[in-house]
Amino acid sequence: MKKTVFLGALAVTGLAAGAAAAGTLDDVKARGKLNCGVTTGLVGFAAPDANGVWEGFDVAVCRAVAAAIFGDPTAVEFIPTTGKTRFTALASGEVDMLARNTTWTFTRDVDLKFEFVGINYYDGQGFMVPKSLGVSSAKELDGATVCIQTGTTTELNLADFFRSNNMSYEPVPIETNAEAQQQFLAGACDVYTTDASGLAATRATFENPGDYVILPEIISKEPLGPLVRHGDNAWGDLVRWTLNALISAEELGITSANIDELRKGTNNPEINRILGTEGNLGEMLGLSADWAYNAIKAGGNYGELFEKNIGENTPIGLSRGLNAQWKDGGLIYSPPFR
Amino acid sequence: MTALTDPPKESFRLSMLIYDTRYRSMTIQVVALMGFMLLFAWIISNTLQNLSALGKPVDFGFLFEPAGYDINQRLIEYNSQSTHLRAAFVGLLNTLLVAALGCALATILGVIIGVLRLSKNWLVARLMTVYVEAFRNVPVLLWIVLVMAIMIETMPPPRDFRGDNPSASMLLGDSVAVTNRGVYIPEPLFSRGLGDISVFGAFDISLDLIAILIALFGGIYASKLVKRRADRIQEATGDRPTTWYIRLGLVVLPTLAVLIALGFHLGYPELKGFNFKGGIHMRNSLIALWLALSLYTAAFIAEAVRAGILAISKGQTEAAYALGLSRSQTMNLVILPQAARVIIPPLISQYLNLTKNSSLAIAVGYMDITGTLGGITMNQTGRELESILLLMAIYLSISLSISAVMNWYNKRVKLVER
Repeated sequence: MKKTVFLGALAVTGLAAGAAAAGTLDDVKARGKLNCGVTTGLVGFAAPDANGVWEGFDVAVCRAVAAAIFGDPTAVEFIPTTGKTRFTALASGEVDMLARNTTWTFTRDVDLKFEFVGINYYDGQGFMVPKSLGVSSAKELDGATVCIQTGTTTELNLADFFRSNNMSYEPVPIETNAEAQQQFLAGACDVYTTDASGLAATRATFENPGDYVILPEIISKEPLGPLVRHGDNAWGDLVRWTLNALISAEELGITSANIDELRKGTNNPEINRILGTEGNLGEMLGLSADWAYNAIKAGGNYGELFEKNIGENTPIGLSRGLNAQWKDGGLIYSPPFR
Repeated sequence: MTALTDPPKESFRLSMLIYDTRYRSMTIQVVALMGFMLLFAWIISNTLQNLSALGKPVDFGFLFEPAGYDINQRLIEYNSQSTHLRAAFVGLLNTLLVAALGCALATILGVIIGVLRLSKNWLVARLMTVYVEAFRNVPVLLWIVLVMAIMIETMPPPRDFRGDNPSASMLLGDSVAVTNRGVYIPEPLFSRGLGDISVFGAFDISLDLIAILIALFGGIYASKLVKRRADRIQEATGDRPTTWYIRLGLVVLPTLAVLIALGFHLGYPELKGFNFKGGIHMRNSLIALWLALSLYTAAFIAEAVRAGILAISKGQTEAAYALGLSRSQTMNLVILPQAARVIIPPLISQYLNLTKNSSLAIAVGYMDITGTLGGITMNQTGRELESILLLMAIYLSISLSISAVMNWYNKRVKLVER
């Protein structure tokens, strides 16, 4: 009865939010650590390494927020959530924020009452097939058996794609990424479909990644980003501007290598404002002046995080594509720090 | 002289509700009931109030919106543009299908195992004990997942059937294909079919099926009449006329005639494109769920059967032997009919358990009512309360229907006492 808990939790948070817009930031500070919801394990985005330390692209967002608050990127407790439990965990206050490749949609924003603070990865739904199948386009998949995670936006996109192309298919509903992997590798389904980044990350964990191809068609828009609960705008601002600081840092050339140098003072006022040597942006957020310095220092700027976790030199090998800075023809764009 | 007068009638006073033992218990009950109702009213109004504060008032309108998702196993026409209500109905039929298949197989297995567990053969009896203990002491969810894993990992994928020298081949003269996507078996086809009739414009029912069922049940009824006549003759004369060939013919021939008239033939599965086409596709999710639920429940039914048989006094067996009945005749004609009275009540609860356990279907991706209405529909529409309430109402009515049918059967086989 997870859902009834969900319901009760929604009701409780609804009341709590209405009665007193108690600060999530105060709670986090009092607790001494940030509770951050992540996936149960998707290499490159969020997965524990051999020592049990969580790492990945989504994890880095959590660490940056923790660094902005406490000056310590390790002051985070990571809470693994599945596609079904993630919203319950956030709505009930079990986690302070969710950084779990979650698609920003109208209903999740409006109907489920969440606040998406930005987009850290522009994704789209793709298809992966074994090379031996000899398929080169998703249009050739008529009659195929497709493994798909239930309770996701991909399920609806898939139905739309096959219907609009007048093709038939056999859906095999699956709970988690691990189960899908098992069925796909055993040949119980011809095709595995999910977000293209997820496909690349899943393929990277296969014994022979070269035996599988990701088809060129991307059939949907899946903007993924961190989200918080409705009702605490100050907290939403904090997470939003931490993400923006990482993005602006790349745009302005602030890296984890030169940040200490730049902090001594530059003649670019925006860099100075971000790093807290000019103005009082940190104070407005209720943080110390060096909040963004700590956030960027934690793992590097947006570009560095991308290259380190999912970039072309990692086993996952994703190119920047849409996720390049706007100046380089991508969609990554931060509002100004002013 | 004394006049007998009635004692003055005590008039009713309010305090008697508490101090008079005649009324006190009633007072307490009424107060408790009112408190209980108040509690419920508070819970309901609190839920409704909070939901509307959230902007989610209780509303079943979502059932009539397009579902948007596809379902692999559908017993009635359905596509992603159908409504959530129809998706729920597809799921309900899938639940009923696996429940019916499961109850049938579990009963057959349970009776056989229960009888064998009492066997004089030491090895057979011990093996059945091991079966019963192994199956009923491990959670059914694990059995479901295990059967599914075996299906997926050990059966060949359809592509192994391809090529000049395939590594897998079809069974029974190329009519059955066992793959890791399920089992494909031949399907009945009619070259001179009667078509379908539409019921309320919502469902199509095959006229062929109706014709066959009429012929079959007509035959069974006629055979019953012959049996009754044989019974009468036996009671009157003591000799029972041999009727088995007449009865067999009455059941088989009309059905056969209808089948030939309809142009019955089998459609065989064939490998085309990615998958086998044609034939009936029994998905491995259905098979895993069906087998696991049946094997698990059979262990409990076997125990009920054993208890039923042990409840019949040994004198019955000895009397039957004394009359010259063989071992199997004794079991079938004397022991089991009497044991049925003891077996049926626990059997009802096992049927109910199996039906409710079928909601574990989501573990293997079988799209039952919990998977459609309580899974995807609920997740996509965010209508948790409505979906769960509907789901509870549906399971409640399925269970009550099963109970009603089984109780009726129980009444029929009950010992008639005079």
